Amino acid sequence: MNEPHITSVFDRDLEAVQAHLMKMGGLVEAAILDAAKSLETRDEELAAQVRRNDRQIDELEARVNEEAARVIALRAPTAIDLRTVLTVMKISSNLERVGDYAKNMAKRTGVLVQMTPIEDSASDIRRMAKSVELMLKDALDSYIHRDDALAHDVRQRDREVDQMYNALFRQFLTYMMEDPRNITGCMHLLFIAKNIERMGDHVTSISEQVIYLVTGEMPDDARPKEDKTPYMAEPKG
Amino acid sequence: MNDMRILERDVHTKATKIKGDKVQVYYGENHAIKDVDIEIEDNTVTAFIGPSGCGKSTFLRCLNRMNDTIDGCRVKGEITLDDENIYDNKVDPVQLRAKVGMVFQKPNPFPKSIYDNVAYGPRIHGLAQNKSELDDIVEKSLRRGAIWEEVKDRLDAPGTGLSGGQQQRLCIARAVATEPEVLLMDEPCSALDPIATAQVEELIDELRANYSVVIVTHSMQQAARVSQKTAFFHLGHLVEFNETGEIFTNPRDPRTESYITGRIG
Repeated sequence: MNEPHITSVFDRDLEAVQAHLMKMGGLVEAAILDAAKSLETRDEELAAQVRRNDRQIDELEARVNEEAARVIALRAPTAIDLRTVLTVMKISSNLERVGDYAKNMAKRTGVLVQMTPIEDSASDIRRMAKSVELMLKDALDSYIHRDDALAHDVRQRDREVDQMYNALFRQFLTYMMEDPRNITGCMHLLFIAKNIERMGDHVTSISEQVIYLVTGEMPDDARPKEDKTPYMAEPKG
Repeated sequence: MNDMRILERDVHTKATKIKGDKVQVYYGENHAIKDVDIEIEDNTVTAFIGPSGCGKSTFLRCLNRMNDTIDGCRVKGEITLDDENIYDNKVDPVQLRAKVGMVFQKPNPFPKSIYDNVAYGPRIHGLAQNKSELDDIVEKSLRRGAIWEEVKDRLDAPGTGLSGGQQQRLCIARAVATEPEVLLMDEPCSALDPIATAQVEELIDELRANYSVVIVTHSMQQAARVSQKTAFFHLGHLVEFNETGEIFTNPRDPRTESYITGRIG
């Protein structure tokens, strides 16, 4: 479906709205990496920057929605064009949520840098953030190249993020039981880990949108879920 | 960030080409156009929409004094083209129509060759000194009409032998041959199939680089697709005139909203 439309303004409009989406994606990827980096390197200034930059992401989301509404009103898109516009709107709202989670990480980092670091948990979290960022990068690539196989792959990888979250959950539980003075820090770290786990879910949803865009159908198999924390009790021993 | 903004929205920066000031049109007792004030911009496609009998075609025809030929039709108020009153006694309507070209609903090529259809206007206005200059004008016009590639090997064939969409593009080429500054189009695609319509719409968008284009259309979707500014007429009034995206996503007047959403006709 790469032939241009006879009316070239249609192509320009579609490209413009997708260009906004890709710019948004780039900012969100950077926000995830910077938030995790600021936590590990205890860089308060970088954390503050992540919090400030979230506004740009929000503005782009508004812009994408506005332009998408315009394309629907003026061009009456059908078939692949309609799926493109619908997908753009959903992906932009997923990206905006991911951006919010990164901002929330950066807020908690502002508190955590005032406290004694808890073992090497910050680098574990950064690893987890890195794998979500990679998933997001691949999800956006799969969108650009209309590559549903890559989108399926991204969707499967969310399982790994869930597993990292389970491990961190146990780890923080243990630290808190060992020493109640760890509780405040660990609570913040746990929320950060949860934020990253949620980011993974949003990225999964983006890759499902790509599958819908390319094939016209949402994937119907149940997505593999590995988040076991709802069932976790106190560790024994 | 503005560089990625959809270009079509940048429409409030163009110079005014045509200005209507308190325009009234009467057909005998019938007051067909009531107090229309409008500024039509250069290098812009302006669409006139509205239900049948709302006055949009009447107003379009005022812009090149086509209404002069209708008995009992009176035009009051002022219409200026580049600040010059087109209803002034000094203005020759034939010269005016060379500057303000028109394309009609039904393709109406002359029963002549493709070449002569396009050459007709330049000949009567004396725009070419010799045959080779005329050839150049014909080729340039057919290229502007986006039909050159399809007809260059059969310029002597009758214009009436082309398909409907080709005939309409031939008529557009004929209209631009006299180097007009404004192109008026009255339902230019209503007799065409969707593909020919898309080709003419693409052509209209290209023509915008050189002309001010005003199009009357019954198809709201067409107005949405081709124009940068849209004027909604209702019962002889100009109800709303704004950037096309605004008209179709957030109209200000409840009558515009009712019309474009299919609630009044």
